Amino acid sequence: MSTTTALSQNPKAVNFLLAGVGGQGAILASNVLAELGIALGFDVKQAEIHGMSQRGGSVTSQVRWSDHVYSPTIPPGEADFLIAFEKSEAVRFIHHLKPSGILLVNNHAIVPVTVTSGAEAYPLHEEIQQELNGYTNNIVWIEGVVEARKAGNVKSSNVVMLGALSKFFKYPSNTWLSVLEQRVPARYIDINIKAFEAGRNLIQN
Amino acid sequence: MKRLLSGNEAVAQGAWEASVKVASAYPGTPSTEILETLAPYPNVYAEWAPNEKVALDSAIGAAYAGRRALCTMKHVGVNVAADSLFYVAMTGSEAGLVIVSADDPSMHSSQNEQDNRQFARFTRIPCLEPADSQEAKDMTIAAFELSEQFDTPVLLRLTTRVCHTSAPVEVFPDQKTHPPIPDKYPRNPNKYVMIPANARIHHPIIEKRIRKLADYAESSPLNIAEIRSLELGIVTSGIAYQYAREVFPDASVLKLGMVYPLPEKLIQDFASEVKNLIVLKELDPFIEEQLRLMGIKLYVPKDAEKAYRPGSKSIFPLCGELNPVVVRTSAEAAGLLPPALTTPSAPSQLKIPNRPPMLCPGCPHRATFYNLRKMKWPVAGDIGCYALGVVPPLSAIHTCGCMGAGIGVAHGAAVAGDTEQHVAVIGDSTFFHTGIPALMNVAYNQSNVITIIMDNRITGMTGHQQNPGTGKTLQQKDTIEVNIEAMVHAMGIQEVKTVNAFSVKEVSDTLKSWKDLDKPAVLITKGECALLPNARKGWMPLRIDSTKCIGCDICIRTGCPALRKSDLIHEKNGRHLTEIDPQQCTGCEVCAQVCPQNAILFREQVLAELSIDQEVN
Ligand SMILES: Cc1ncc(C[n+]2csc(CCOP(=O)(O)OP(=O)(O)O)c2C)c(N)n1
Ligand code: SF4
Ligand code: SF4
Repeated sequence: MSTTTALSQNPKAVNFLLAGVGGQGAILASNVLAELGIALGFDVKQAEIHGMSQRGGSVTSQVRWSDHVYSPTIPPGEADFLIAFEKSEAVRFIHHLKPSGILLVNNHAIVPVTVTSGAEAYPLHEEIQQELNGYTNNIVWIEGVVEARKAGNVKSSNVVMLGALSKFFKYPSNTWLSVLEQRVPARYIDINIKAFEAGRNLIQN
Repeated sequence: MKRLLSGNEAVAQGAWEASVKVASAYPGTPSTEILETLAPYPNVYAEWAPNEKVALDSAIGAAYAGRRALCTMKHVGVNVAADSLFYVAMTGSEAGLVIVSADDPSMHSSQNEQDNRQFARFTRIPCLEPADSQEAKDMTIAAFELSEQFDTPVLLRLTTRVCHTSAPVEVFPDQKTHPPIPDKYPRNPNKYVMIPANARIHHPIIEKRIRKLADYAESSPLNIAEIRSLELGIVTSGIAYQYAREVFPDASVLKLGMVYPLPEKLIQDFASEVKNLIVLKELDPFIEEQLRLMGIKLYVPKDAEKAYRPGSKSIFPLCGELNPVVVRTSAEAAGLLPPALTTPSAPSQLKIPNRPPMLCPGCPHRATFYNLRKMKWPVAGDIGCYALGVVPPLSAIHTCGCMGAGIGVAHGAAVAGDTEQHVAVIGDSTFFHTGIPALMNVAYNQSNVITIIMDNRITGMTGHQQNPGTGKTLQQKDTIEVNIEAMVHAMGIQEVKTVNAFSVKEVSDTLKSWKDLDKPAVLITKGECALLPNARKGWMPLRIDSTKCIGCDICIRTGCPALRKSDLIHEKNGRHLTEIDPQQCTGCEVCAQVCPQNAILFREQVLAELSIDQEVN
């Protein structure tokens, strides 16, 4: 998909919904988006639910940019971007996307215990694709794990996703990277820059 | 300078700017990060207490000694601390005392939903309620000042959405000057000794104090009337203010930063200016009922069914948190807004699997629940990660109410004459919190309850806080480790055993040997939480030998998320063989112990394989 269908050069308000599974770095990605919003001069709210400390549950985070943000949560149907770090999570939250909204989805499945134990099934890739296509024409599938591995760490697929997202805005790479650099540990900066650029290169102008 | 802070971080920043000297708390979602954020700041003493009551007494002691003090807890913590809250509401203190209650509408991580503004009215203390992070900081500072001005503790009520939403906050690098600290510990028994003679004098004093606070509320900068269209006026506070602005951008709003006591005249004036008046709040009709008592006329919904009954709300739901959609649809139903033209998309109908919380791979609680499920004994649970012993396939827990309840509930069944073997399970932090008196009751009255203290060396559920058993304080100082076994012995319980939490056999043998004993017994299962840094260092994935696995699924009954069905099928029985996800497995060996075919390689075997590989290479 090309970015011409995407946002205007100077958006007035943007709602990002991030969805994934515990441990995928959705919260870090949303921290970056929140800090970026501030750096760009927006009022910002970033909302998340911290639950229990076990691994493996669904995780969502929401970031809103506007001249004045009231509600920290995005009403269903008003997200401009849904950034899904796991493909079944994209299905779980797809109805939150605006009809004209953009879905960035990591082509990656994390199979929960409910499936392993035989109680539930994980849908086929084609079923997921078909379902998502029913909601929006603006879908970008991203090989986040593949690109992250190439960048040097499978865990950096969250940053690959951010890189892809960055192409939908006219802000230069450096604006994003300077925020990112403040949020990741110094020894991982190089990997994260690579991951970010890899994500950015996945999207044509 | 502006910084992105969550509501919790903003409270910590505000307390520090207000020169708080002592902060004491027991962790609990959504309040935990307040003290975690404050602990590293300079010039402040911050501690984890074993429970909320002890935390509050400790903060009260500091405030009696003339030092500003903060005490934070989740909503249910206030129930535990209520006895202390009532006395300090009577006495007041020498320096500011602020108590934070973090409520959890919709119970994202709680056992019940309660509206702790009620505690302010119950104890006659003021309650402030911020609507975002900036206000969380400002109101923390204002709360210390109010506390000193009116000689009262102040309740700062937060909700999950305020606690865990980040927004820009103006922060200052310096601490404000605070009232002078007394040279000598103040002695004022008439004020601080609540024997009946003094208490009787104090009750009318605090009734007068709350009336003075109501006068203050009339002109307090915390309460703001925003006049826009006069068609609709909304009385609101906290996070609901944000929804009011989002859904009714043109309406006039009376935003109450101080939700108790209410400014009657200010509300009357606001009510008389607008055509229709509504109250927009989460949970209890706390404001709505008081407005009705004031004789203020509120908008009556079109639909008579929705008309007000005492204890109910007329427009917005009583249960669960609000959000812009709930507010909009409730307002539409009440005839306040025209029906929406477009309906938002419906959730997908494609069946996608749930991701319920589960004990982590390598969790030290797993082996015990695996055994308890096989034994089929009634198990009284308690609150913590180990409450997940209720989730299938472990399905081993039968009750779970509030912290510290389990031991008492098991004891009650035993003394009631129920003849099954009753068991209580409790975590280390929960044992220190409220388990100790309950176990003492079992010891004292000699019921034959088996109590299992699941000592994973940390307060796990809330994100790994230190506790009296871990040897570290909140501010990372080395300290004692309470010896649980010695403590249980000291209660006079004779059957006490500590076992390796990961040993399926040790747990099983001990429990079996205690069945139908005629006296109390205590099993301490000791094993580190798999997520602790030290435990992580030892993670090492195991492997299943596909030539030995018969796909019997017995290992899957341990409920470990690292075990999954592979595509391989057993030649004879046609069942899918099991495999281990190396990304998730920690190598705890619990599954390996229960495999009847010895198909799962133990650590030593995996290591041996690795060294052979290396030789070959
Ligand atoms: C009165 C009260 N305070 C705090 C909490 C929050 N809380 C739930 S579980 C838990 C800690 C449990 O720790 P532990 O007993 O050590 O068990 P673990 O989670 O480590 O297995 C806390 C603090 C609560 N539910 N109720
Ligand atoms: S956080 Fe620790 S105690 Fe809690 S489920 Fe995970 S391993 Fe078990
Ligand atoms: S050894 Fe078995 S039970 Fe333990 S984490 Fe690995 S797969 Fe799970």
